[in-house]
Amino acid sequence: MNRSVSSFLKSAVAAAASLALALPAANAAEKKDFKVAWSIYVGWMPWGYAADTGIVKKWADKYGINIEVKQFNDYVESINQYTAGAFDAVTLTNMDAVSIPAAGGVDTTVVITGSTSEGNDSIILKGKDKLEDIKGQTVNLVEFSVSHYLLARGLESIGLSEKDVKVVNTSDADLASAYKTPDVTAVVTWKPIVSSILENPDAKLVYDTTKIPGEVMDLLVANTEVLKDNPNFGKALVGIWYDTMKVMSDGNAAKEAMAKAAGTDLKGYEEMLATTQLFSDPKAAVAFVTSDGVKTTSEKVSTFLFDKALLGKDAKSPGAIGIEFPDKSVFGEKDNIKFRFDATYMQAAADGKL
Amino acid sequence: MRLLNLKPDRTWSIALAALPFAALLAAYMMGSAMRLAENPNDKLLPSLTAMGEAVKHYALEPDPRSGLYLMWNDTLSSMSLLLTALAISTFIALVFGILIGLLPIMGATFGPVVGVASMVPPLALLPILFIIMGLGDAAKIALIVIGTALKLIRDVALRVEDLPREQLIKAQTLGASTWQIGLRVVLPQMLPRLIDSVRLELGPAWLFLIAAEAIASDSGLGYRIFLVRRYLAMDVIIPYVIWITLLAFLMDLALRLLQRKAFPWFAGARAA
Repeated sequence: MNRSVSSFLKSAVAAAASLALALPAANAAEKKDFKVAWSIYVGWMPWGYAADTGIVKKWADKYGINIEVKQFNDYVESINQYTAGAFDAVTLTNMDAVSIPAAGGVDTTVVITGSTSEGNDSIILKGKDKLEDIKGQTVNLVEFSVSHYLLARGLESIGLSEKDVKVVNTSDADLASAYKTPDVTAVVTWKPIVSSILENPDAKLVYDTTKIPGEVMDLLVANTEVLKDNPNFGKALVGIWYDTMKVMSDGNAAKEAMAKAAGTDLKGYEEMLATTQLFSDPKAAVAFVTSDGVKTTSEKVSTFLFDKALLGKDAKSPGAIGIEFPDKSVFGEKDNIKFRFDATYMQAAADGKL
Repeated sequence: MRLLNLKPDRTWSIALAALPFAALLAAYMMGSAMRLAENPNDKLLPSLTAMGEAVKHYALEPDPRSGLYLMWNDTLSSMSLLLTALAISTFIALVFGILIGLLPIMGATFGPVVGVASMVPPLALLPILFIIMGLGDAAKIALIVIGTALKLIRDVALRVEDLPREQLIKAQTLGASTWQIGLRVVLPQMLPRLIDSVRLELGPAWLFLIAAEAIASDSGLGYRIFLVRRYLAMDVIIPYVIWITLLAFLMDLALRLLQRKAFPWFAGARAA
């Protein structure tokens, strides 16, 4: 019996260990198959369209690689999957890129600066039309998201801090219906939820991202090591993106398809695009990412994340996670660079060198 | 000897019971060490030390922002919701279960509606509850009550019907009224059985609590898990899951002990 028990123990450990091993780790070195994760958001809909219409295949074939583009219904889950190493690239905002993959030790590089929010994210009050009236209210939002950052920036702009309000974490899927209940009086969220809340006559938009232009960036990022070993993957990604941008500006067919995939119609989608600064021209994207604004924004975002203890328990300062900019200057610790703004691939697209 | 007759003695029983736990732990530590060797900041399988740190941070040190001990505050918040809801459910189940099971008129009136209503998936009602009752505690308690009370009512009613008819007839020949039979014959026999049913509903009750807290909340065990999920803080999530499991296990154990102490006769009744 003794022997059979110990042999059972051994095989159980072996089985469990192989289970743990099966968890993928981001692997470096040259490879042929790549996976890109994206989720539904106005600035990321082009990825779904590109995958459906063969643009992805066209560019992957050009470089002799395979690119699988997978849509996630849950944004955070897509980032977690990327951080865990199951995907090579993912669409996310600059803030989440620092707090999830970079804080998780996954060195991440911005391949495409797709767009910035210029009014897509808003603070809405019920029956009050000044941001100052938010004082003392309960604010429903998705904690630690861009909405939370927008609230912090808004409060800062009128000399208040988060202590002056009470934040209640509320799932984005339920915010629109929650607004209809009497105890919800202040919400911070993004489009299209903003649009449906503003349909209520008592809903007043009091602050939005037009007040902090360029601070909320919608990016496509990739694992730095994977990118370094496979520059063709980066080239294919920008190729896909700017091809899709071109199709989008040629008539309404592409936009209509994206609107449908986003669960709205052409009118609704164009309304979201109107409050999105979409960089359809690689030159504009390069100009944006190499501007000094990106540096000051990164510092603000890291300070916010540090205040919320999202840079990790050992973080001693907002610069605990180093952020590198296209001119190779660094914010924060130079020995711990985990997030890199880069213009190489977009520049190649601008120069027509893909 | 046939395998069928091979019974482990006490020491062996304990060792065998510990075995799967030890194997899981060992596998976890191996996986964690492997991932951490590759990336020391990996968040997916944190080391036991990192989880210990997180527990220390959440349970033993006050939060620098709110001054609260987060893990205790979360536990208190979740447990008060859960226990309130279970108390309401149990009371409703006892009253309606006995009425439906004992009185044919009540059974004819409410039996079918309870039967149908208990088939509604409670989580599907959550958006409706949030609109009607707001995002506060009331909606969360209501969800747990709806999710557990209807099944408990059906269970109690069925068990009342299971009582031997002879008992009720005998009580009647001794001159007992409906009220007396309900109170003195049926109720005492239902209480220990209700404890069994509540034990089985603990799992669903936790499920509904965590689902509700994930959607809108500012404290609670489920709230914390879904909040820190945003930055993949497995060093917090894993200890919280273990803590919830332990709490559920202890609640189950407490109910079992209560049943044994308060209704010592029931073990014999169940065996028969």
